[in-house]
Parts: sequence; C-alpha cells; structure tokens
Amino acid sequence: MQPFTVHTGLVAPLDRANVDTDQIIPKQFLKRIERSGFGEFLFYDWRFRGDGAPEAAFVLNQPRYEGASILVAGTNFGCGSSREHAPWALLDYGFRAIIAPSFADIFATNCFKNGVLTIALPEAAIAELMRRAQEVAGYSLTVDLEECAVRDEQGFTAAFATDDFRRHCLLRGLDEIGLTLQHEAEIAAYERRRY
Amino acid sequence: MPAPRTLFDKLWDEHVVCEPAGQPALLYIDLHLVHEVTSPQAFDGLRQAGRRVRRTDLTVATVDHNVPTTSPRHVISDEIAARQIEALRRNCAEFNIPLFDIDAPEQGIVHVIGPELGLTQPGRTIVCGDSHTSTHGAFGALAFGIGTSEVEHVLATQCLPQRRPRTMEIRVHGQLPVGVTAKDLALGIIGQIGCDGATGHVMEYRGEAVRALSMAGRMTLCNMSIESGARAGMVAPDETTFAWLRGRRFAPQGAEFDQAVQGWRALAGDEGATFDRMVEIDAASLAPFVTWGTNPGMVTAVTGRVPNPASAANAAERRAWERALDYMGLAPGTRIEDVAIDRAFIGSCTNSRLEDLRAAARVVRGYSIHPHVHALVVPGSQAVKREAEREGLDQVFRAAGFEWREAGCSMCLGMNPDVLQAGERCASTSNRNFEGRQGRGGRTHLVSPEMAAAAAIAGHFVDVREWKFR
Repeated sequence: MQPFTVHTGLVAPLDRANVDTDQIIPKQFLKRIERSGFGEFLFYDWRFRGDGAPEAAFVLNQPRYEGASILVAGTNFGCGSSREHAPWALLDYGFRAIIAPSFADIFATNCFKNGVLTIALPEAAIAELMRRAQEVAGYSLTVDLEECAVRDEQGFTAAFATDDFRRHCLLRGLDEIGLTLQHEAEIAAYERRRY
Repeated sequence: MPAPRTLFDKLWDEHVVCEPAGQPALLYIDLHLVHEVTSPQAFDGLRQAGRRVRRTDLTVATVDHNVPTTSPRHVISDEIAARQIEALRRNCAEFNIPLFDIDAPEQGIVHVIGPELGLTQPGRTIVCGDSHTSTHGAFGALAFGIGTSEVEHVLATQCLPQRRPRTMEIRVHGQLPVGVTAKDLALGIIGQIGCDGATGHVMEYRGEAVRALSMAGRMTLCNMSIESGARAGMVAPDETTFAWLRGRRFAPQGAEFDQAVQGWRALAGDEGATFDRMVEIDAASLAPFVTWGTNPGMVTAVTGRVPNPASAANAAERRAWERALDYMGLAPGTRIEDVAIDRAFIGSCTNSRLEDLRAAARVVRGYSIHPHVHALVVPGSQAVKREAEREGLDQVFRAAGFEWREAGCSMCLGMNPDVLQAGERCASTSNRNFEGRQGRGGRTHLVSPEMAAAAAIAGHFVDVREWKFR
C-alpha cells in the first residue's frame, strides 16, 4: 500500500450523512477489471447531470475546491456495498484522507488497504471543519498520522484515535498479505488440526 | 468453569489461527465465494506478486452481478460486462477454482447458491466480496462481506486479519402477525436502530419469532444485517437448519451428517452468555413495511404516511429527509397506499428463493398486473427457477403479465440491462433504496415479495393483510 505519514491539502466539504458507496462510484463503472482510472467517475450522478454536463452546484465542481485532497463529510460515510472501487475512485481523484463522524466498517477497511486515511472526529469538530471549509478561501488542513492529529493554520487542532496496527502499516506502507504469510507455520498447523 | 459464550464467541474462538502481539487476530476462512465484479483486481494482485491460491478446495466462483437475465444467456451485449465475465473464466482456469458459469445448472446469485448447494454450513467462516454475504449467517455461520484487497488476501492465505467485533443481540418477542414477513422484520429492525445502528457489531437474531422463521426467512433477515451497518448477522442452527441442509450436495452425507449435527447443536449460545448490546423487538407491533426514502432506515408501515421533515429530530435529519423526499418525488403527509408505482421487481439475494416466489405467486394467482406497471420476476438461481417452473409458478406470474427471467442479481443493482428509467417508481424486494441504485433517477421502495406482488396488481401500495386471495 501507499504509505501515509503527514499530508497537507485543500479541504472539500460534503455536508451529507450516510453517503453510500453507490453514490461514490455508481454501478455502471464496476465492470472495469483494472484498479486505476475510477477518479473520473467519482460521485458521478452528483457531479454530472443526466446529459453529461457538470452539475455546477455540486461541491467538487466549484472552482475553489479544485485539487482538494481531504474530504470532510457527514456520519456513516461509505455505507452500503463493499465495492473497493469507492476508495479507488477517491484516491484516483486525488483524495488522501476523509474526515467524518463515523464510517461504515467495510469501507474503512477498504480505504486502509489503499492508503486512504479515514479519520473519525466528533460531530462538533466536523461541523467546525465544514464551516471553515465553506467560509475560508483555500482552506487547507494538515493530517498528521505520526502525531494522530488534524490541524489548520487558524488554530484548529483535534486529536484522533486510530488502530495501532493500521497506523503502523500505513506509516510504513506495509504489504499486509506479506505479514500474514509470515505466519505460515501457524496457518499450516491450524489446517492440519481442522482439515 | 469456562465463561458462557455466544454463538459468535464460539465461531470466533474456533477460527483464530494466532494473535500476533500488536496485530489483529488472524481468522481462518472456511469458504470463499467469488464473483465477477469484485475479483479481477485481486487475481491481478496475485499474479503481480507471484502468489497462488492457497485453498482452491475452499473457494467457489459464479457469475451473478452483471449477467443478463434474458435468453439466450450467453449473448452479452454489454462488451465491458462480457470482458469482466471472461476475466473470471480465465482467472478460475489459471488458478484452478471451480466456477459455476452462466450456462451451469448451479448458476445463480452467490448468496442463493451457497446455501442451496450445502456449501454454507453452521460453524463455518464465510466471506465474499459482497456486502450481502451476511445472508449465510442464517445457518449459524460467521459470514461477512469484504473488499477486493481482502479477496486477494483470502485467496493468497485463506486468512484475514480481523479485530474482534462487538456483539449485539436482537431479541424478537412473540409471533409475526399474518402478512408480516421476515423482510418486514428486517425493515422494522433497521427502522428502529437506523442504517448505522449496528456498525462494528455482529448481530445475533434470537427469540420466538426468529425460531419460527423458515431458512428462507432467516436468510432474508440476515441478508439485511448490513443495512444497519452490522458486520454480520447470525441465527443459531436448530432442527429447521438441519432439516434444510440434509441431502444438499456439498453437505456431509449419511452418518457423517448426523455426526456433523451433533457438533452444530453445540454452537448455540450458552445460557448466561452476554452481548455488548441488546435490542428488543415486539413482533406483534410489526406491519408490512414500505421504505419512503433513500436509505433502508427511512421506512414506515404500509398504513402510514410519508413523514414531514418539520418533525425530524434535528437539523441534519431534516435536511436528509428533505433531500430524500425531493429525490423520491414525494410530498410530506402522502398516504403510502396512495403512492402509485411504475415497476415491480421480485428478486435479489434478499427475496428470490423458492419460498419468496411461492408467497408472491399466492398473491398474484387469478389477477393481472395493473396496465401501467411493468413487472419482473428474477429467480435467485437456476435451481430455484427449475423448481418454480415444476410447481407452475412461472405460469401464474406470466398469466398475470409478469416477465419471468433467468437467474442473477438483475435490477437489485442494475449492473445488467435491467434498470429503472429516471423518475420511474419501483416496488422492489431488494435490499437498497439508495439514490440511483436501480438506475439513475429511479425511485426504489423496499417491500416484501407479497407486498411487491400486490402493488404490481393494484398499481399502488396496498396492505397485503387485507388481500383477497383467489
């Protein structure tokens, strides 16, 4: 996986709760057999109108959020389908971190596997970040996985909790399958016992 | 004396290979189900790393998500879909994985054929690159959906690193009223706890109403666990489970089956075992449900009305309701029974089993669908289709004006040509009413098979408890 240590980037506010993976990457784009190239289809039905023209009001189509790499969103982000195409699309579009009050389990795991950091912060902190991203031109945040903290240049700072093992893997960009294969002896012993 | 354990605790303990210091437990996987959509990148990963599939004998593949449900089956007009199916064929051949291909008599939705073939068994850990893998928990298996990187991980190692989830008991007291199905129970639970009410938890469904459910009903219930965010849903195996499994192709046979049953009986939670959370449901309070919004938690009884955002609990919920009503084209206060539909879909891994089709056919018999409604029945597997045809159910549906299709996921997610057009409203037996789920601009209302059938005939939602069966 791609390592994640410290990242500073422009923040895009997506003020919606329960954003499901069908919205992040609609089904018609799941037929591709590659891992790359999903970014252009990210939030497709929200970014583009039925005739294919950009939906000007959608946050990612506003020029001020062009090049955003940190997404702030509402609760239960990434619910629904297990499609890993969702983090592939987010990453390919340029997002390295997503900050929300909570995440769906499978989505959070899928993000981790691709070096996309999911950060859960309390509702009040999210509301504040949402407000700043909407009001402050060029609002950017620094996400620091070494320190487990999010901060901006206007005095906002918040610590976040993280799974120690995932943090360890992300900081170093470790191959998790490789880690599991280090336990070959235990796996083989387990198989002899049960099969 | 050892501490009393839940069904989940027993399965977890049995499958932990090791717990390396500072790392999640390594959980052994007994059955890995593979389909065309979430696997090609996993096989590419194996090739790039020069890895093989560790246990081809514990891995089974089929095609379901993007296959056409029309005949002849092998004609796939969508070139990209055809390429994805072809990729699965190549990967299965290269890595020596058994594949139930599009023309195989066993083909069907992965969560329908696993149980049907007896691959799904109590006490097993089961994964698949599909969130509705929770379905298999109906047999007392620990079954959960995974992403493509995890598919690759299981192919390579037959294990997954997992943090132990929390547990949640859903205790359903009493009996489901007549006309109230497992689907309504599932929708009722999600309506009560919300579409993220079980995040981080494995649910175990217990209580009198759950015990009384058939295996099809239990599968419907466990299938929808993910819609409240649960990692998995489970029902302890009992005589209903054993009777259903006996004689299935990949289930133990003869004396071995009886021996297996002895072990399966011991899986039920011990007296006094505790859960991290408990939710109680009174079955008698449930009604046939209809979703009105854009997530499965936005649901009300068929006798209810579309809610008014002004009465939402907070500003965020009010905005979400307003947005949902706008998308759904519904005015606050509208009676659910006054909502007219354009389409009806009976199918999906939630409600496409023989029992679901029988229940829908019982409603349909002697009626014709409303002239403005286009309705589709998509059996969950070729085996379900054959059995339904043997019983003449296809004739009941066809005579009423339904289309009778081949097996697949179909309009549940519309990856194949079965999609809603913008603005079309559908009574659907599937599991998700997200925006655009069944087609861009399409409006999905989740219901039971009986309710979908009744709506197709009436042209609008009706209370199936008052249906005049013919």
